[in-house]
Amino acid sequence: MATMTYVNAIRDAQRQEMLRDPKVFVAGEDVALMGSSFGQTGGLYEEFGGERVLDTPISEGQIVSLGVGASAMGLRAVLSLDFCDFLGCCMDEVMNQAAKMTYMLGGQMCLPLTIRSNIGGEIGAAAQHSQCLEALFTHLPGLKVVSSSNPRDAKGLLSQAIRDNNPVIVLEHKALNPMTGDVPEGAFTVPFGKIELKKEGKDVSILSWANTLNKCVRAAADLEKDGIDAEVIDVRSLIPLDIDGILASVEKTGRVVIAHEAVETGGYGGEIAAMIADKGFDFLDAPIKRVGAPYTPVPFSGALEKHYQPNEERIIRAVKSLFY
Amino acid sequence: MKLTKDAYLSLYETMLRIRFFEETARELMLGGKLGGFLHLYSGEEAIAAGVCSELTKEDCICSTHRGHGHIIAKGGDIHKMMAELYGKATGYSQGKSGSMHIADIGMGIIGANGIVGASIPITNGVAFALRYLKKDAVAVAFFGDGASNRGTFHEALNLASVWNLPTIFICENNHFGMSTPQGRAMKLKRISDRASAYGIAGVTVDGNDPVAVKEATHEAVKRAKSGKGQSLIECVTWRHHGHYIGDPAAYKDPAEQKLWLSEERDPIPRFEARLLKEKVANAEELDGLKNKVRDVISASVAFAESSPDPSPESMYDFVYMPDEA
Repeated sequence: MATMTYVNAIRDAQRQEMLRDPKVFVAGEDVALMGSSFGQTGGLYEEFGGERVLDTPISEGQIVSLGVGASAMGLRAVLSLDFCDFLGCCMDEVMNQAAKMTYMLGGQMCLPLTIRSNIGGEIGAAAQHSQCLEALFTHLPGLKVVSSSNPRDAKGLLSQAIRDNNPVIVLEHKALNPMTGDVPEGAFTVPFGKIELKKEGKDVSILSWANTLNKCVRAAADLEKDGIDAEVIDVRSLIPLDIDGILASVEKTGRVVIAHEAVETGGYGGEIAAMIADKGFDFLDAPIKRVGAPYTPVPFSGALEKHYQPNEERIIRAVKSLFY
Repeated sequence: MKLTKDAYLSLYETMLRIRFFEETARELMLGGKLGGFLHLYSGEEAIAAGVCSELTKEDCICSTHRGHGHIIAKGGDIHKMMAELYGKATGYSQGKSGSMHIADIGMGIIGANGIVGASIPITNGVAFALRYLKKDAVAVAFFGDGASNRGTFHEALNLASVWNLPTIFICENNHFGMSTPQGRAMKLKRISDRASAYGIAGVTVDGNDPVAVKEATHEAVKRAKSGKGQSLIECVTWRHHGHYIGDPAAYKDPAEQKLWLSEERDPIPRFEARLLKEKVANAEELDGLKNKVRDVISASVAFAESSPDPSPESMYDFVYMPDEA
């Protein structure tokens, strides 16, 4: 076990998978000479050379297409698109090409393709560099979508994505970059489709992912002081979703709060809520509560942004509203 | 370029296979047997035939919504193609793709594509992989004049050039982006002029002459395989039908349409006349080939019609590929 930052865990995942499989290559915006905006690919170019670690032009459509074509031929592409917001520049390539090829071609084509991208705010990056757009991708059959809340999962989920035979969108939260934690050394994966129980509890299930998950853990500690024993679940694999794991928790607690940083309207929390209502209605003692960002673009000013992302206070308020 | 009799007849036969396949598909659709969209390649056969005659099995192509011709010329299985048009379980994609998304990875056919311009940058990904895997092969992107106005075209030419990828760009200029004439969509007359913006070779050839296309492709393959750079080959041609079956193409000038469909312009009668004039083959041999190809296409229709529909539960297959063991 090593202690490392979230950024270094991301870098280590790519390094380990490149060591393990010569068909893995890394390409994207500023991945080679600069080592990416936050250092997530630092040192890879020096270690593996320019044939396997490639800076691309700022041509997002071409970057994703490079991955589609190369992975169709048997390579494993790890593409970096820096900010999730930039995926708007290559939505056709993600939505109509990567997501659909395997299906449209009747399984002739396997696309082991990973797209890494930053999500999230709290660093004053404003509306075009701060979004959490996971719900855009969960709506597209053919893609897998994961998002990590800590260094261990950042490494394990990314490694798993690189080994997966399908296009995977890996969403990394930029506010977590300096976070440190224990991470297994060497090659290490976290399986998709499995929730992680962060805290056991019996009164309410709090479901979350990425940065908001950590706020939920802190909120649960506060709730304990008020006599509410919350169970906190890191959903982390949005597609495939561990709905059975979630339902097992809901059956135990009877109450659900789903918290995420994405805009609440049309967010993936709504889908999880609908699934719970559909498959676990009889377990529920109270309405399902969602906590998300308001229906506005992400504002720049710290004075505004601090009211934008869900925080511990809002999560606690949502939980308490279920006890009446 | 000096060609053997076999090479000439192979070009001719490929063009016939495409034409008869397309015209048969057209009749089938007009007769209510096929659904979906069909974008016919009739009139443009010389391009696919000429280009693919210079490719090996290891070389790869990426195609378009008007892709039947490319797939046939690269050696695609006509039975599986026809069955796919019928949406049958025996089709290339078991009825999941229809006309616009046919591929045969083993034959280097990386896929037709329903989005205009999308396959151009994908071709670079294929070319990158070929180089990465140390294959002595090229990747060829087919696309139309309309696609050359998409950002994907420009991103792709730029990346191929700066990474020196073994990519060849074949622009099939049939004068129309759906209904919009080239002159309303770009100021340039020659699309090959766009090559110079990316530091690659650009040439315009007669796209209705399979030998001219073959010669240009020969040079492009040589250039790409020796690491000397990429090529944009503009092949000037004409789409005999509308954008798709059902488009009456009222936007075409009737005189121009008549000229391009004349025996002097239509690539097939034109090539036939050349074969006869140069005494490569006699009329009997050419008729023999026609009958042979007609039989192949008829057999594909019979195969498709007698094939089963896909089972309802197969709808759920291949949304994802299974994980590694």
